[in-house]
Amino acid sequence: MSADDLQRAVWRMAHEIVERNHGLDGVVLIGLQTGGVPLAGTLAEALRAVEAVDVPVGTLDVAFYRDDIGLRPVLPETVTDIPFDLTAKMVVLVDDVLFTGRTIRAALDALTDYGRPRAVQLAVMVDRGHRELPIRPDYVGKNLPTRRDEVVDVKADGVDLGEMVK
Amino acid sequence: MRHLLSVGDLGVDGIDEVLKLTDSFVEVSERAIPKVPALRGKTVVSLFYEDSTRTRLSFETAAKRLSADTMNFTVGSSSVKKGESLRDTVQTIEAMGVDAIVIRHGSAGAPWQVAGWAEAAVVNAGDGWHEHPTQALLDCYTIRQHLGTLAGRRIAIVGDVKHSRVARSDVLAFTALGAEVTLVAPPTLLPPSLEGWPVEVSHDLDEILPKIDVAYLLRMQRERMTEALLPSLREYTACFGLTRRRAALLGADAIVMHPGPMNRGVEIAADVADLPNAVIVDQVRNGVAVRMAVLFLLLGAGNDLGGNERG
Repeated sequence: MSADDLQRAVWRMAHEIVERNHGLDGVVLIGLQTGGVPLAGTLAEALRAVEAVDVPVGTLDVAFYRDDIGLRPVLPETVTDIPFDLTAKMVVLVDDVLFTGRTIRAALDALTDYGRPRAVQLAVMVDRGHRELPIRPDYVGKNLPTRRDEVVDVKADGVDLGEMVK
Repeated sequence: MRHLLSVGDLGVDGIDEVLKLTDSFVEVSERAIPKVPALRGKTVVSLFYEDSTRTRLSFETAAKRLSADTMNFTVGSSSVKKGESLRDTVQTIEAMGVDAIVIRHGSAGAPWQVAGWAEAAVVNAGDGWHEHPTQALLDCYTIRQHLGTLAGRRIAIVGDVKHSRVARSDVLAFTALGAEVTLVAPPTLLPPSLEGWPVEVSHDLDEILPKIDVAYLLRMQRERMTEALLPSLREYTACFGLTRRRAALLGADAIVMHPGPMNRGVEIAADVADLPNAVIVDQVRNGVAVRMAVLFLLLGAGNDLGGNERG
């Protein structure tokens, strides 16, 4: 997936978000650390271009909500920044890659500590399969079949699929 | 990190790691629901052989905000009164299944002893006149919050240095992070030897105040004054108390700190403690977040999973 493909996918997802929610009333974006944060920013820009609306953008680090604390080193990358109340908002969680779904599970838990959203939707650039929890995305940039041991890297200049480096 | 016994064990990188993680827990503490599930199923016991209100409450709040279970062991109402030894007490507590022991003890070195016996992580919450590492960490965090950095900052630690574990830990941490520390006290309230301490000493507070970024006042530990070290508390206040007049000598951006509990009217004038540049309440607030960071690093972060004896 090239940088242009990525930008096209962002445009499509932005249109889908507007269409699904009949506008952007009450819509907020929450980017998941770390990969979801730049994507949430790009999506917000696209939404501004489509609807001329500035949607609030927050960032969430789910480290303290993970289910593998104590099993592997878990430390937050950055401080969570959600400077608005989520109560009654339509929260769109944004992440770069959807894999097992465990990060999203943790994020859903974390969100409830910031208020009670009206609903939560999920936008991901790449859905690579191998879900371990009943979680599905609402907006997908690209479905990318992978092996479990491959790594998917979403960057500004495109998406890389590589072998796990051990 | 297996235990937190001395702030000196952390080194600059360790202190930085705790302070960086503290940022995240400050954010958690400011939320409507200031609690995360990070340490569910872990048990933290406070084993306090000395009176304490704020440190014990602060650790307990920190553990609860991490969703750990807490147990309290206060010597006044325990079997220690019946003659149980420290070792037996630790063994008994461990048999109940605890993951961390937060200990305060009147004897310097007691936490090291406990760490030698215990499987659980041990946190030193103050041992004798020796160390109080989490106080030093929260002080560093508070200084960074207000002054940006400790590097090159001039800090005066004023008062009863001799009996102060806070002073010992603070000197270690402040100088490790690059601050210049001056101890200001009457000779009788300084340790018998300052050899190896990277500090300057002064007996003249008025002369020091205009030059410093932080005035750190220590509590006059009247309960530890077993010898006649001072003619009177009034004389101490006259020479070393931060009075309104002296507070005016401080630079505009300088801050006033105190580990609490304060003796208003002794080391700090009653109204000085409430001035805008007194950050004493921030210290208490940051204390909870710093202790959350310490407990999370010891029990949750999994730093000790590789290459450490802990399984």
